[in-house]
Amino acid sequence: MTEPGFPLLTSLVVVPVVGALLVALVPRSRPEIARLVGVATSAVVGALSIWMLTQFDRHDGDFQFTAQYKWIERLGISWHVGIDGISLFLVVLTAVLFPIALAGVKPHHDTKSYTAWLLVLEAGCMGVFVALDLFLFFVMFEIVLVPMYFLIGGWGYGERVHAATKFFLFTMFGSAFMLVGIVATAWLHQRASGGPITFDLVTIAQSQSIAATSARWLFVSFAIAFAVKVPLFPLHTWLPDAHTQAPTAGSVILAGVMLKLGTYGFLRFGLYLFPAAAVWAAPVLVTLAVIGITYGAVVAAVQRDLKRLVAYSSVAHLGFIVLGTFALTNQGLTGGVLQMINHGVSTGALFLLVGMIYERRHTRMISELGGLQRPAPLLAGAFMVVMLSSIGLPLLNGFVGEYLILLGSFATRRWWTVVAAAGVILAAVYLLWAYQRVFHGEPDEANASMPDLNWGEGLILAPLLAAIIFIGVYPKPVLERIEPSVERLVAHVEEHSSYRQPIPPLPTPPNATGSSSSGDGKGGGE
Amino acid sequence: MLGAVWLIPAFPLVGALVLLAFGRRLGEPLAGWWATLCCAGAFGAGVVTFVGLLQRHEANREFLFHLWTWLPVGSFTVDVGFLVDPLSMTMVLFITGIGALIHLYSVGYMHGDRDFPRFFLYLNLFVFAMLLLVLGDNLVLTFLGWEGVGACSYFLISFWYTDMPNSVAGKKAFVTNRVGDWGYMLGTFLLFQALGTLTYVARDGSGFLQRANTLEVSTATGVALLLFVAACGKSAQLPLYVWLPDAMAGPTPVSALIHAATMVTSGVYLMVRIAPVLAVASPWMPTLIAWVGALTALFAATVAVSQRDIKKVLAYSTVSQLGYMFLAVGSGAYVAAIFHMITHAFFKALLFLGAGSVIHGVGGEQDMRRMGGLKKWMPVTAGTFIVGWLSIAGVPPFSGFWSKDEILLNAWQKSPALWVIGLITALLTAYYMSRQVFMVFYGESRIGSDRPVEVEVAADADAPVPAAVGDAAVAAGAGDAHDPHGSHGDPHESPWTMTVPLVVLAVLAAFGGLINLPFHGWEFLADWLRPVVGPYEADVTVSAVGKVVLAADATISGLAGIGVGYLVYLRHRLRPVEPDLLLHAYHYDEALAVVVGDGGTQVAEALAFADKAGIDGAVNGTGTLMQVAGRRLRVLQTGYVRSYALAIAGGAAAALVWFVIRAGV
Repeated sequence: MTEPGFPLLTSLVVVPVVGALLVALVPRSRPEIARLVGVATSAVVGALSIWMLTQFDRHDGDFQFTAQYKWIERLGISWHVGIDGISLFLVVLTAVLFPIALAGVKPHHDTKSYTAWLLVLEAGCMGVFVALDLFLFFVMFEIVLVPMYFLIGGWGYGERVHAATKFFLFTMFGSAFMLVGIVATAWLHQRASGGPITFDLVTIAQSQSIAATSARWLFVSFAIAFAVKVPLFPLHTWLPDAHTQAPTAGSVILAGVMLKLGTYGFLRFGLYLFPAAAVWAAPVLVTLAVIGITYGAVVAAVQRDLKRLVAYSSVAHLGFIVLGTFALTNQGLTGGVLQMINHGVSTGALFLLVGMIYERRHTRMISELGGLQRPAPLLAGAFMVVMLSSIGLPLLNGFVGEYLILLGSFATRRWWTVVAAAGVILAAVYLLWAYQRVFHGEPDEANASMPDLNWGEGLILAPLLAAIIFIGVYPKPVLERIEPSVERLVAHVEEHSSYRQPIPPLPTPPNATGSSSSGDGKGGGE
Repeated sequence: MLGAVWLIPAFPLVGALVLLAFGRRLGEPLAGWWATLCCAGAFGAGVVTFVGLLQRHEANREFLFHLWTWLPVGSFTVDVGFLVDPLSMTMVLFITGIGALIHLYSVGYMHGDRDFPRFFLYLNLFVFAMLLLVLGDNLVLTFLGWEGVGACSYFLISFWYTDMPNSVAGKKAFVTNRVGDWGYMLGTFLLFQALGTLTYVARDGSGFLQRANTLEVSTATGVALLLFVAACGKSAQLPLYVWLPDAMAGPTPVSALIHAATMVTSGVYLMVRIAPVLAVASPWMPTLIAWVGALTALFAATVAVSQRDIKKVLAYSTVSQLGYMFLAVGSGAYVAAIFHMITHAFFKALLFLGAGSVIHGVGGEQDMRRMGGLKKWMPVTAGTFIVGWLSIAGVPPFSGFWSKDEILLNAWQKSPALWVIGLITALLTAYYMSRQVFMVFYGESRIGSDRPVEVEVAADADAPVPAAVGDAAVAAGAGDAHDPHGSHGDPHESPWTMTVPLVVLAVLAAFGGLINLPFHGWEFLADWLRPVVGPYEADVTVSAVGKVVLAADATISGLAGIGVGYLVYLRHRLRPVEPDLLLHAYHYDEALAVVVGDGGTQVAEALAFADKAGIDGAVNGTGTLMQVAGRRLRVLQTGYVRSYALAIAGGAAAALVWFVIRAGV
């Protein structure tokens, strides 16, 4: 990695904030300027993240672009940021989805506040993914709630206030546990290690000085917060309401980025911070994940609202990610991290498409749609590609993630995987059935006159479709950046627990004299 | 010359991409010609590669072509690479060859369809995926093709999507195949865990087929069983066959290419490919395959006897013939399986295309009871169809005779019981195909009759309801009743683009047996495939005389079937036996729809209700807490973020309490 001449990660957080302030200065009578500033700001962040991607050293599994500034010294709290292969693509995903959401969806009123809130939301999401300080992480994790609450409540649909409230309460409930956990972690770490108090993630995670039993309790307190956010069955019930009632951009960000705060949290503040406790809790989490996979898919199948259907599909897909994470194998974790990106891209695109249908037909009820492929073949085609990616068709991104997750979890959780793999069947059931009812058949009068995609919408969808195909056909550049960090993480877990990752035999010739192993599963000796 | 292998899938891929971008601009018929050309190009590249392989010494006929690394994660690596060996090249040649013919045929058949270019886009895409399936050098790449052909099959079955039954049939095919895919994925996981690779063969000998003998028996059995589940899905075997009869909702060239000649044989290909694993597996595993195949063959043949839709007969016939191939695989007769796969591709593609020509000629009618006497209007179609009929009926010297004989011989070797089932199936096959030929091409014309004229003897009291209204499975097929020509009036012969492929396929169906005659020095296919499957072939210990007797039995049963069919459907000497039970395929599909479809929906609805109730329960149950929070949130909404801070402070206070307790401990 070449050190950037300026604080890159910090600017990823700060630039959207500055943008939000600029938007706040724009007079209310000029919404188009507010919109322009919003799109431009998020585009700058997007460009920065792409530049960061090119500068990222793919052989290095450690944190890169790290920076540390003093903040509340007395309490050992600092502005410590850095990314590794696990957070790299989440940062890029965030930076790319926001301009798409901002440019792709026009709010119906009060553009100024809407744009400002979205930019604040972007700053918060970025902050979560780059934070290497427990307190900083918590602040960012909480900050995102506020703009999302207002976005749902202010620009959402029918029962938006109810949905926003429920969303807020559920996450606050989790956050309270996490706050307790964070303070306790810092305090217990100080007591055990004898040094000054610190909230620094890397320091605490590397020293592993907290007693095993305490660590388990602390893990649980974090896990509750993340499980709500993911959401993991049975804490998922806020999600269908929030997704359905949120404005399109809100749903895109909610599904694309914010759900990953939970799965990412599990990796960074679960596995990394409390490796032994994570191993201890893995059976429970894997079980909940597998229940979520099947349950989410089954419930999705009978939804009457298209957006709600996509929302429940997220429960199933996020279950896959948690399964991969707590499979605790290189393949499972790498697949899980990749699937976070895939889900963000695919479900983000799916919500955009549903939003486009809603803009035209003013309904999301599946029964009122039908035969849309005839008047809108391009929209149908885009929907088909995204849907097949969500189903996990090879050569599209979803397959790579799902296959790796299941391959990885089969090694440690065979029977769970057998059930989880059935989720692959169910995904085909609910999505194809939805497609059939929405796009196939003879369109009635209202549906027959629906306009197809226009150029602008095509441009908005194009980068997502390109990502879907690229990751499916040539995932290597992505995987080889994720994997060193995953290897480090698994090694870290093994170092601090009795868990050992099962190593499949190397493919060696039957009577080989010399070793010709091409790839080594463990070691990560870089 | 072997380096040209990448061109084989590249041709249809480029074809599909061009059609995706410019299909509408190319329009009809250019889009069709372009697609045909691309498929023919693949065939050309296939021939070049084949010749290259042929020039090598027998022991050396294996060529690996690496393109790029697809999935590198730790010790798990999957490459995009091709395995060129006699098995894959055999598959490539008949896929691209028959594929090109069917492309050509489609130019005529799809004439006037508003989605003409889209059809050829899917067709090219299908050929591409199918080629990846057979050329892939590892199980994951094969799976890629496996899913790809499944998706294309879905696209093409629901091609005329404005008719809901077509869409339903497409979805059914996709979902049923997914059940198989579940097995496929688990099979690969198990194999990877045992051997650390999913590559078939590698230069250094580390491929899993090369090291299959190091597998534990239980692992090998598990892998074989799981992959066999996948094969049952893709190749429409019991109990997963249900999607194939409905798949006839797609345009007829699709039925010929995908649902008869190529895609549905993927399962057989997979089983032949993993022959080394099957050899290590428990002996009950091949026996299971043989029995599933034999029972499917018999089951589907009995159902075909009662079908009235011209394509449904062929669909069940395909299920039945695929059963033969699995019977061969289970009996350790891999060459016979591939041999029958090839001859079946010839004669079944011919029969389907012939059926398509008939449907085309009579203006979209598919009910055989409204056909008859078509021979005089459609001489080429009738003549070629008759060749296909004689071939599938196992009449010597047509191609079907030789391959079916080979399978029956091996079945006898495996178990006489299997042989008996195979023989009965052969008789039934000849019978129902004769029924079809006589009903469609001979006798009096019943075209345009308002009520379906019963072929039965008039005395038959309980004449079934016409067109079996309400039967979902039958209704799905009706979706094919498209009629771009709006024809009224006399049936007519099809244009040359359709008849030329018929003639070519008729020649192949007639003489295709030549590739593997059971005489010393004439067993070309067996010799060619020996490097791949030779070591795993079962030994046939039947004496020369025994072989002749068995062959005679098979021939007699075929001729007997034709004879009975002649008496019933042409001379009307015997009453036809077409029980409703068989028309409805033993009600298996309908029962499945009730149990899995309706039952599943009810469970899902119940869960969805519980989920909703759970929400309300959670919300209402917390009662006062909710109200307090709600008040606070209303405050928040008005802009006082302070209350938010208050909430956090509340959490912090809880933390402090916890600390005190903790510290006290």
